[in-house]
Amino acid sequence: MQLIFEKSHAGRGCDLLPACDVPEVQLPEELKREQPLRLPQLSETEISRHYSALAKRAHGVNDGFYPLGSCTMKYNPRIDEEMAALPGFTNIHPLQPENTVTGCKQVLDTAKAYLCEATGMDAITFQPAAGAHGEFTGLLLIKSYHEARGDIKRNKIIIPDAAHGTNPASASMAGFTVVTIPSGPDGCVDLNALRASVGEDTAGLMLTNPNTVGIFDSNILEITDIIHQAGGLNYYDGANFNAIMGVVRPGDMGFDVVHLNLHKTFATPHGGGGPGSGPVACKSILQPYLPGCAIQNSQKEKLQLKAFHGNFLVVVKALTYMLTLGAEGIRSACEGAVLNANYMMAKLKDLYPVPYGKTCMHEFVLSLEELKKETGVSALDVAKSLIDHGIHPPTMYFPLIVHEALMFEPTETESRETLDEAAEVMRELYQMAHEDGAQMHDAPHHAQIKRPDEVLAARQPVLRYQWKQV
Amino acid sequence: MTILEGLKYTKSHEWVKENGDGTVTVGLTDYAQQELGDLVFVNLPLAGDGVTAGEAFGDVESVKAVSDVFSPVSGEVAEINEELLDAPQMINETPYDAWLIKVENVSDSEELLSAVEYEAFLAQGE
Repeated sequence: MQLIFEKSHAGRGCDLLPACDVPEVQLPEELKREQPLRLPQLSETEISRHYSALAKRAHGVNDGFYPLGSCTMKYNPRIDEEMAALPGFTNIHPLQPENTVTGCKQVLDTAKAYLCEATGMDAITFQPAAGAHGEFTGLLLIKSYHEARGDIKRNKIIIPDAAHGTNPASASMAGFTVVTIPSGPDGCVDLNALRASVGEDTAGLMLTNPNTVGIFDSNILEITDIIHQAGGLNYYDGANFNAIMGVVRPGDMGFDVVHLNLHKTFATPHGGGGPGSGPVACKSILQPYLPGCAIQNSQKEKLQLKAFHGNFLVVVKALTYMLTLGAEGIRSACEGAVLNANYMMAKLKDLYPVPYGKTCMHEFVLSLEELKKETGVSALDVAKSLIDHGIHPPTMYFPLIVHEALMFEPTETESRETLDEAAEVMRELYQMAHEDGAQMHDAPHHAQIKRPDEVLAARQPVLRYQWKQV
Repeated sequence: MTILEGLKYTKSHEWVKENGDGTVTVGLTDYAQQELGDLVFVNLPLAGDGVTAGEAFGDVESVKAVSDVFSPVSGEVAEINEELLDAPQMINETPYDAWLIKVENVSDSEELLSAVEYEAFLAQGE
């Protein structure tokens, strides 16, 4: 497929600007471009067809089942978009007088109240633009807390080996040393390993509960207590919040700070449909260090992670979602997510081993290690074969503690029929692996894009369009 | 899968060659490269950096994941294999030639396995 730059023809366009009715102002010579911007020049029809063609080549939640583990690809209700498009929210400027944007302020205050209630926290910042940004923010709060107390020897963050990869990355970015602790035979935190790893240098713990194998760690109160006794703070990675919202609260589990992915749990679009939003909520002990809050008795500058209130319109969408569902709806969405995951797991576990747990929370992890040994068909091959059946692949090769892992998160917005169909496809693929596994190495066979060369792409990445030399 | 006689091995799948002059050379075993899959990036320390037995001194990245590489010995990095930085696939192609680092002033070592012991260790894990 041609890129939009390659479709460009000089002189073609679709902008008919009215004549300029204000005096022209010349920019200083040194600020002027040396050559004109290389914008693509196309007619409106061409642009429209270009983006429609791109949309057809993509797979989104609106196209089909999208069980990408740890990503909570639930349906994004249209009413959220409608509310975020209201002119009172879009035609504003962050610096206009506060008394002219009281509606926007009310959105933030209401969202704050609901999210604090849902997490069991006291305060919140909406600045972080995504989950990892939220983790980074939360860790800086923990750092500021220890520093303000003069407790500067606390430089270690404890993270289980099953954690999302962003956890150790955020901890390193925030200047901490990461201490990895192994998971126990049940996939949960090994309490003895945790006890052995805490000390006077413990700044805190990062944990997601349910963990990445989809199991709720029932020792959670003991875990957070071990960290508190050692003088550290507990960070809740909210990536898996869909599994507990409306049922259990991180604040009640002993956590001091948490990030939420509004673009996962609260049904606002991901990625290209984004932007994201990763608000950070905390207990009152951390409130003085939040972005935008004054730090008392300190010369330190205020923390600033993003301008103003972050991606405000995403908060509008998330608040719409919360108001649409209400407290009851939030809880039943969570219960639906857990039920759907267990239903699908139950339909697959006789063929594909589930390494941890008899029941799961909102997602489950299959191991294809045996299948690969028997047939040579890997988790990658099965994932790619799903594309031929109109299903987005699940998360692959994660968590690292499971070999040949496939991680499914169906979410609550899928019907029983969709889950039945997907389970049936997985069972057919199991058969195919045993009968004609060789062809699965080249899957997908019917997709627009066949198997890309990931190794070549990683070794020699092409990161931008190369302009043709004129 | 190849295991070379004359080299020592760790349970975290590094090979160690004693060079006879007090220095040792460290690389990843054939088993390790097979498990990791096609490598696309290698992150090594700098010459002069300290390494500690049992602790990570660098990492390798495959299409699947990033994995730490652990030092079998404590000492000081004498030299790194700079060729790998541009050609990480050398580890996949010739794991026992594609050394990662050379360590001098070796003061401590992990419990190292012989070729026979490493083979038995791998068989145990199967």
